Amino acid sequence: MRPQAFTNVRVVDPASGWDGPGAVLVRDGVIADVAQGGGLGSLSEDVEVVDGGGALLLPGLVDLRVKTGEPGAETKETLKSAALAAAAGGVTSIVLQPDTDPVVDEPSVADFILRRARDIHLVHVYPAGAATKGARGERMAEIGLMAEAGCVYITDADRPIVDSKVMRRVLAYAAGFGMQVAHRPADPWLVAGAAASEGEFAARLGLPSAPAAAEKIMLERDLALVELTGARLIVDQVTTALALESLERGLSRGLPVTATASINHLSFNEIDIGDYRTFCKLDPPLRHEDDRQALIEALSTGLVKIVVSAHAPAPAEDKRLPYDEAAPGAVGLQTLLPALLAFHHDGRIPLIDLIRTVTCAPADLLGLPAGRLAKGAPADLVLCDPNAPQVIDADKLVSKSKNSPFDGRTLQGRVLRTVVDGRTVYEAG
Amino acid sequence: MTTLAGLDEVIGRRFPFPRRHFLSVADLNVVEVSSLLDLADGFVALNRQTSKKLDLLKGRTLMNLFFENSTRTQSSFELAGKRLGADVVNMSPRSSSISKGETLIDTAVTLNAMQPDILVVRHASSGAASLLSQKVGCSVINAGDGQHEHPTQALLDALSMRRAFGRIAGLKVAICGDVLHSRVARSNVAMLQMLGAEVRLVGPPTLMPAQAERWGAAVHHDFRKGVAGCDVVMALRLQLERMDGVMAPSQREYFRFYGLDREKLAHAAPHARVMHPGPMNRGVEIDSDVADDPDVSLIQDQVEMGVAARMAVLASLAARLDNA
Repeated sequence: MRPQAFTNVRVVDPASGWDGPGAVLVRDGVIADVAQGGGLGSLSEDVEVVDGGGALLLPGLVDLRVKTGEPGAETKETLKSAALAAAAGGVTSIVLQPDTDPVVDEPSVADFILRRARDIHLVHVYPAGAATKGARGERMAEIGLMAEAGCVYITDADRPIVDSKVMRRVLAYAAGFGMQVAHRPADPWLVAGAAASEGEFAARLGLPSAPAAAEKIMLERDLALVELTGARLIVDQVTTALALESLERGLSRGLPVTATASINHLSFNEIDIGDYRTFCKLDPPLRHEDDRQALIEALSTGLVKIVVSAHAPAPAEDKRLPYDEAAPGAVGLQTLLPALLAFHHDGRIPLIDLIRTVTCAPADLLGLPAGRLAKGAPADLVLCDPNAPQVIDADKLVSKSKNSPFDGRTLQGRVLRTVVDGRTVYEAG
Repeated sequence: MTTLAGLDEVIGRRFPFPRRHFLSVADLNVVEVSSLLDLADGFVALNRQTSKKLDLLKGRTLMNLFFENSTRTQSSFELAGKRLGADVVNMSPRSSSISKGETLIDTAVTLNAMQPDILVVRHASSGAASLLSQKVGCSVINAGDGQHEHPTQALLDALSMRRAFGRIAGLKVAICGDVLHSRVARSNVAMLQMLGAEVRLVGPPTLMPAQAERWGAAVHHDFRKGVAGCDVVMALRLQLERMDGVMAPSQREYFRFYGLDREKLAHAAPHARVMHPGPMNRGVEIDSDVADDPDVSLIQDQVEMGVAARMAVLASLAARLDNA
């Protein structure tokens, strides 16, 4: 493979704090040189020069919360289709949720996923391991063996670990292997059967709903257990202003907690459900506008450090149902970057801070060799025109499932090229 | 065919309903509701004759698609359709293909292929009728979708009130009981407020929707205060499985504080009338003594008005079909 020089680009590298003109030289799959401000100097003749035409050059995106249907539900999404969607969205590293069938609760399933990902050879794939056997919240899974097999954190995905004793042990045990636990804050009894956020809107639609306090209650418990065990916790998708208050208090006491936000909860509120639009049925459900604004504010202040796509494919047959029967979730790998850029275009959050939430912040949290444009780092890059408008047409998305709440929305920003380990895995046609 | 004197004139005033479907009170405006009520008034007179049949829907097919059992509403629609000359088919998917894993939309699309003109749907999920209306070519009438709306019930309730009091504007109406789970309450609040009534919601906090006070109706947890001075006291059905410590501690406690009996009714206006969408849980949300007293109860009238109100909806939708 010939070395490549990406020139005439605006380099945004949050890890080094650089946002400005520059160039990047890629050789043998790694970044051989980064020029911040100037050029790369004289290049040898074998170097292929890629003129970015003034576009953004970013580290490849790292997405900590992705679901596919493989193994077990390949009609929803395969590892291949998810990897293609990731490549098309500029996402070069994905962490897969363990709630497949079978559940990733022992090392052989993690092995299977890693082997498949090597064969597909598109983006970096990391499995997350289940915290409990079958993700049922009862008995601890083989956390140590899964850590050895390559799982990067521990989670029961959408299912809260109800039993506080189990949660305490999972936190403490996983910490012994240097593994963080990600946990969805949701009081299981309050959210049982709910399809929407409690309030005037859900009441008018007649949808079963759960109060925002359900998130706060579980988060407060988790924070107390973090304090008890000293273990590190990832708060999986904080969505309400109430929970953000709890998070802020916990962080001010120095608790080792990191919170994520999903691009969906940053981009939509409950009103987008409109006339029972099941593409907007999510878990956790879309919240009030006050909550969304609080979440954007938390992202800008750094209270929430990581943004995830929460990619959750659901085929038409699972979505074309009455609202309370429809499957929750939305695909998001391909729309993550342009949707995130909205806050840059709005002037709400500086570009470099936005990009940090999907590059070095998630990579550094898990210690992944990704998310930065540094000499010697893997050459995972995205070339992106931040201004190009596009109308999202869900049917044209790469994912096998087309359940995008962005369907019909105009987003500004378009991925031009995605590079993984120096290989171009996507190029806009 | 004989028609009542004046009915021809009423039917002549039948206005072409500007919508394909009849899904939600929230879609309607005052003019439409008033026209429907006027038309329904004419049908009440027709229904009291020996010969009740018209041919406004001749050649049309009405399909009743009830995913939830409801003898009352289903037969009301069936009679309404037949009296207007439509062919009526009743489907109860509960007992057939739904149990074989067919989805709501599959069922609807299958039935749609049989070319019905009007599909009347009841389903346990909010939004089901709206979803269905997006997938079929015929008119869809919402006969109750989950906890969302039951617009023909609101229409028949308004008709009953207007005939009993001669007006709706200015009436004080207390809607009492399980407001949280009630599609009847949601549709009634919207329609009665549109027509100028003052609506109050009365019930225990566990059976009130979140932020119900923002519906523009006063919320009361004390039954006697809630119905004070009201012209109409409407009791809502409370499903028995929600009693017994779930939403309320017991039947007897519920009846004591929220059951409509003679003593509590005495706090309403002296001429107050009692309503209930049926079927009643006697001795739970309403006392037989009140429910069966023809001087105060409009409950039987509601059933009669149900057929007329549904005829008005069918005739109006059909008028649009004729224009198509």
